[in-house]
Amino acid sequence: MLTLFLILFPVVAATLILLLQGERVKQVALVAALIELAVAGFAFSRFQPDSTSQFGFDYPWIGSLGIRFSAGIDGISVLLVLLTGLIVPFIVLSTFDRSYERPNLFYALMLYMQAALVGVFTARDGFLFYLFFEAALIPIYFLAAMWGGENRIPVTFKFFVYTIFGSLFMLLALVYLYYQTPATATAPHSSAIVDFYKLKLTPEAQNWVFWAFFIAFAIKMPIFPFHTWQPDTYVESPTPATMLLAGIMLKMGVYGLIRFILPVVPLGVETWGKTAIILSVIGILYGSIIAIRQRDMKRLIAYSSFSHVGLMAAGVFSQTETGMQGALVQMLAHGINVVGMFFVADVIFSRTNTRQLDQLGGITRTTPKLTVFFMVMLLGSVALPLTNGFVGEFLLLHGVFTYNHYLGLAAGFTIIFGAVYMLRMFQKSMFGPTSSRTESFADLTSSESWVFIPLVVMVFWIGIYPHTFLKVTEPAVANLMKYIGTTAVSLK
Amino acid sequence: MLPIVLLSVFGIVLLFLGFLKSKTVLLPATLLFLSLALVVNFLDWNKTYLYFNDMLRTNNLTMVLTAIILGSAFMVVALSSKFMDDESAQPAEYYSIILFSLVGAIMMVGFENLIMLFVGVEILSVAMYVLTGSDKRNLRSNEAALKYFLMGAFTTGILLFGIALLYGATGSFTLAGIRGYAANAQMGLSLLLYVGLLMLLIGLLFKVSAAPFHFWTPDVYDGAPTIFTAFMSTVVKTAGFAALFRLLSVSFVGVYSFWWTILAIITAITLVAGNITAVYQNSFKRMMSYSSISHAGYLLLGLAALGTQTKQAIVFYSLAYSVATISAFGVLLLVAQQRSTQTFSGEGVTSENFDAFNGLARQNPLLGFAMAVSMLSLAGIPLTAGFWGKFYMFSTAVERGQIWLLVVAVLMSAVGIYYYFRVIIAMYFREGATEPIRVAPFYQYVLLAATILTIGLGIAPGLLEGLF
Repeated sequence: MLTLFLILFPVVAATLILLLQGERVKQVALVAALIELAVAGFAFSRFQPDSTSQFGFDYPWIGSLGIRFSAGIDGISVLLVLLTGLIVPFIVLSTFDRSYERPNLFYALMLYMQAALVGVFTARDGFLFYLFFEAALIPIYFLAAMWGGENRIPVTFKFFVYTIFGSLFMLLALVYLYYQTPATATAPHSSAIVDFYKLKLTPEAQNWVFWAFFIAFAIKMPIFPFHTWQPDTYVESPTPATMLLAGIMLKMGVYGLIRFILPVVPLGVETWGKTAIILSVIGILYGSIIAIRQRDMKRLIAYSSFSHVGLMAAGVFSQTETGMQGALVQMLAHGINVVGMFFVADVIFSRTNTRQLDQLGGITRTTPKLTVFFMVMLLGSVALPLTNGFVGEFLLLHGVFTYNHYLGLAAGFTIIFGAVYMLRMFQKSMFGPTSSRTESFADLTSSESWVFIPLVVMVFWIGIYPHTFLKVTEPAVANLMKYIGTTAVSLK
Repeated sequence: MLPIVLLSVFGIVLLFLGFLKSKTVLLPATLLFLSLALVVNFLDWNKTYLYFNDMLRTNNLTMVLTAIILGSAFMVVALSSKFMDDESAQPAEYYSIILFSLVGAIMMVGFENLIMLFVGVEILSVAMYVLTGSDKRNLRSNEAALKYFLMGAFTTGILLFGIALLYGATGSFTLAGIRGYAANAQMGLSLLLYVGLLMLLIGLLFKVSAAPFHFWTPDVYDGAPTIFTAFMSTVVKTAGFAALFRLLSVSFVGVYSFWWTILAIITAITLVAGNITAVYQNSFKRMMSYSSISHAGYLLLGLAALGTQTKQAIVFYSLAYSVATISAFGVLLLVAQQRSTQTFSGEGVTSENFDAFNGLARQNPLLGFAMAVSMLSLAGIPLTAGFWGKFYMFSTAVERGQIWLLVVAVLMSAVGIYYYFRVIIAMYFREGATEPIRVAPFYQYVLLAATILTIGLGIAPGLLEGLF
């Protein structure tokens, strides 16, 4: 029932917000997001670390097709539910010093988005998953296209068509899997994800189902060469939408890989997994190299995010327990870091009206608070030990290295490149001579500081004591790995 | 059967009501008549009857389809209040023609005999020819009516020829008789049967505007007064698909292997032609007519994969499509009326281009929302009824293993998003005229009901299942 609350509460809150007027919707949205966070945190603290699905609910949905409205939290989804609960309040708080036209719609869309995201991470039915997967796209599209930059209309449209196009193939695969499940007298077939796991698909079927899923998730994350929508969309979207996109939405893709591709089509992964890892590693290097050349802060962070998510995908496809664990923790860590980084970019943009590194500089002189927070976020992003990024990247690289030494080595460059572009960004914007735009740069306001403080706490918490998070995912990951191993063997 | 009788009587009553000085009684009367027909339609619930010497059948399926047709007609009529203001319009005639045409549509849903099918098709078609040309002073409307009539008459000939050939092959006009023949004589079916079936298919595929028999559609939809376009694209399509479904699922299951390839190819062509051409339209109304062609393609997908799910798929799709289409045309009507642009001759020209929707969501959030939901539903985006419509269609095709056809359909769905979203982009993200659009309260309720239905079925598609 807790899961149902987590999905429905933002919907109810958002609908109420739609009816409100004026600036106070901010406060209402924040309170709603905090309630959601409290419940997500409660679920996390009460979560029993084993491989079962908990706090679930299950109702018949389309009786004649045997499709059920069923969701719950298990070891794979628990961190993502926490992440979704965690990020949204900070995104809302980050807008407190900004004003948006039609605020009620703005905040309502954010909460609708949150509901859909929780739905994606908790769905136990294939079609329910698809429904939320697509439903998440509608609010974010409107957020990006209504409040975005000058070029927003074509850019967000490309993003929308691109992602829908990918998901349609996933729908095909889901329908196909559905018809492969055995029919009984009462229910013709089943679309429960656990029933998909029991299927014994032929190798050919596994191959195309693999690609149908992979394209959908690869576009969402994005993995090279499906990434072309991403940098533009990140840049053109208003920063809160970018935070949602990079902080949570792209995790839907990684989550999908773990939830669907590995267990449902293990032979497909065996045939095509290497291709997927190679694409991911290309993305890691390509993203980092392009990031080094960027002048626009937001675009730089977008490419860095593209590079980081490639590493997560590679870790998942390495099919090692460490790789998978790394991906799960890194999803949480990356969500926190990227939201922090985008907020830094937003703070700088709101004061100087530019994100071009050439036009910035010398900000540190007047901003002790911002400098410290920026630095911590940056260190998390470049995976300095004792920060959150380190735990995830270490596990991920370990996983990829176990899979193939050369690929592991290539992927390892992400740390070096990451340090290069991140420190360059810091140096160009914060040090050096001040420009006309940064001369009277005001330090963080209290509401802005309150966005950073919890994020910084999380950076160190995960970095210093990752056990809190690793222990809840561990049994589920172990179980999944064991399961994949046995199915792959039994199919041969 | 009762709705047929009632609608015929009511149609005549309406003609007489036209003698009254006041036009205001006509709309409520028509709505009342339609509601009555809708109610009596369900009196035979859970029973199966044969009427008129076994010419017509009613069962739960025909009743649900009839209800969709009547419900669509109800909504279209409810949105037609502008007749009252228009000097040259003759609402009594229009409304009674609509009621008469529904008689034909219901016959197409429940026919048990090919003659009944023919009569139904003709009643519906002739009414449509008249309604298409009802804007007498408008050249486009006249041209459309003539075009529709000429082509329609021609295909009627083909349809009738097909029926004659089938009679020659099987010695029967009844669906059951043809079924018996087509199922039993496995080894040597007469060529006449195949040719007859093909001609029959051509006749019906023309009515539902499937490619390559779709060329009349854009011109006719564009030329006809918008309110009748809405009627045409929903009622005629539902009736046409009901007829095709009956024909193929009852009489010709035995020769499935013959017709499915043909139908599958037609489906693919229809999907491609409808979706790709729609992308290039600048007029919203023309876009909607190509979109209607593309939706014929999705409906055909379910027919070509005739199976256990097809019945449900067609019912659900027809409902989802009809509601969304009527809602879209309803908004278009208001926008086109109130955003007319002046040509240099000083004559007011109604604006049906995408530009007319610029900034609509800001001035009138309800209209914007209704339109957005209907576009999302037509595009098949989740949380709307249209998604489940497509879902059911896709799953019937998967059940039959027609993956290649499905890939075409999926690709074309992605193309469809392009043109449906042009409207959403215009309404929400572009600046436009600032004068507000006036909406009558009743009109508002109809649009609201359509929107709620679309979203309701999008969240709980199972609601409809209890019906049959």
